[in-house]
Amino acid sequence: MIVLGIETSCDETSVAVVVDGKTVLSNVVLSQIDIHKEYGGVVPEIASREHVKGVTLVFDQAIKKAGISYSDIDLVAVTEGPGLIGSLLIGVSAAKVIAMNYQIPLIGIHHIAGHIYANNIERSIEFPCLALVVSGGHTELILMKEHYDFVKLGETMDDAVGEAYDKIARILELPYPGGPQVDKLASLGMDIYHFPRPMIDTDDFNFSFSGLKSHVINFHHNMKQRNLEIDKANFSRSFQDAVTDVLVRKTKSAAIKYQVKQVIVAGGVAANRGLRAKMQDQIQFVPVYFPAMQYCTDNAAMIAAAGYFKYNKTQQADNMYLNADSRLKLN
Amino acid sequence: MKKSFLINNLNDMNRLAELVSKTVKPGYIIGLQGTLGSGKTTFTQFLARHIGIKDNVNSPTFTILKVYKGEIPLYHMDVYRLENIGYDYELDDFIYGKGIAVIEWYTYIRAMLPDEMMEILIEVINETNRIVTIEGSGTYEFAIKSISDRYGN
Repeated sequence: MIVLGIETSCDETSVAVVVDGKTVLSNVVLSQIDIHKEYGGVVPEIASREHVKGVTLVFDQAIKKAGISYSDIDLVAVTEGPGLIGSLLIGVSAAKVIAMNYQIPLIGIHHIAGHIYANNIERSIEFPCLALVVSGGHTELILMKEHYDFVKLGETMDDAVGEAYDKIARILELPYPGGPQVDKLASLGMDIYHFPRPMIDTDDFNFSFSGLKSHVINFHHNMKQRNLEIDKANFSRSFQDAVTDVLVRKTKSAAIKYQVKQVIVAGGVAANRGLRAKMQDQIQFVPVYFPAMQYCTDNAAMIAAAGYFKYNKTQQADNMYLNADSRLKLN
Repeated sequence: MKKSFLINNLNDMNRLAELVSKTVKPGYIIGLQGTLGSGKTTFTQFLARHIGIKDNVNSPTFTILKVYKGEIPLYHMDVYRLENIGYDYELDDFIYGKGIAVIEWYTYIRAMLPDEMMEILIEVINETNRIVTIEGSGTYEFAIKSISDRYGN
């Protein structure tokens, strides 16, 4: 089954062609990152305008690269939410145009389901499976007992982990996007400040990063006021170790409790090298998988992969009234 | 009217949020200003609990807006990224909606907001202590007076 995937939930315009939820024929991503850089984050209205500018070109390239024509497509899968509403609507509208014009079934996909299915591209997901979803907007532990079945075990009570990274990067005056910068610096430093590990010993699967963020910002502020030099590498490492200790500990206990066959990490923060290393090091009783770097960040191949499995399971397409929902819930 | 409140710990912040919650009605607009980590989201979490929101209120930074259902809905916004832009028309329906709009970093979109609103500034004294200043005119004056009478200090 040839699936056309479309993803425009934030600041990447992406279209992909994927066969049977696995074989990627093309995955074209047009990033707006340089445009949003000067604002220190994605600006919704600018994102929408950029999607409009880029979307036709991205479609053309994805089809051409895949070596198919639109009439070969069996299913159109599009991110329906969550995300920025203006951005989502452009992807959903474009998807409808293709589906309507070529009379292809259309299916709406939850963005996080896409990130999880990014892990099915290079290997197959085995059940039960535990997914740690970590990004700028999400920090969740999700249990999957079968394809396209998601049970949320826990989530962040306040800030998402990627957001905490961006805010720490801001006080260290690192360029946007801050997460990868902190990760890079952390690899050069040591955990000499030993910041608190919030909620590390609670027996639920929830997280909290706001208290840690405030603590780290206060600490930075006090050092500055006393004219003490802050070593950015040690500071980054101390922050990163606090965050990854909590993520790994909770993931590990959930993996034990639910006796999963594999652990997968999904979302933009899955690209974090410190997290990758610690996960592999501390969870050895089941395999821990990360998507390849190009499938960690937003892309349409993962949406096409998720679309294939959702359609296979439900045997049902959405109708042409499919709408974007910026606050869509998984399930 | 403008009143300042000394906050010595999280309990004080909770109490202040509770007093604010007693004054809210549909269409209320509350702006929050304060540095990173000063407690804007924490204040909103307390406020949400006191107006009867059952869901976990977490940070809206990434999506800019989060909507919570309740007897009166809560529209929680973080407009930090709109600093050099000053507006986002997608937010209009929520700022001027039927719920309570709580807007972190509201000064960045001041021109989009009405003159009459509750403006809250959180200043950091040290790790636990804050000075919270609440300012407002028109219908908000009465609310601030009632908060001040009850909070004491």
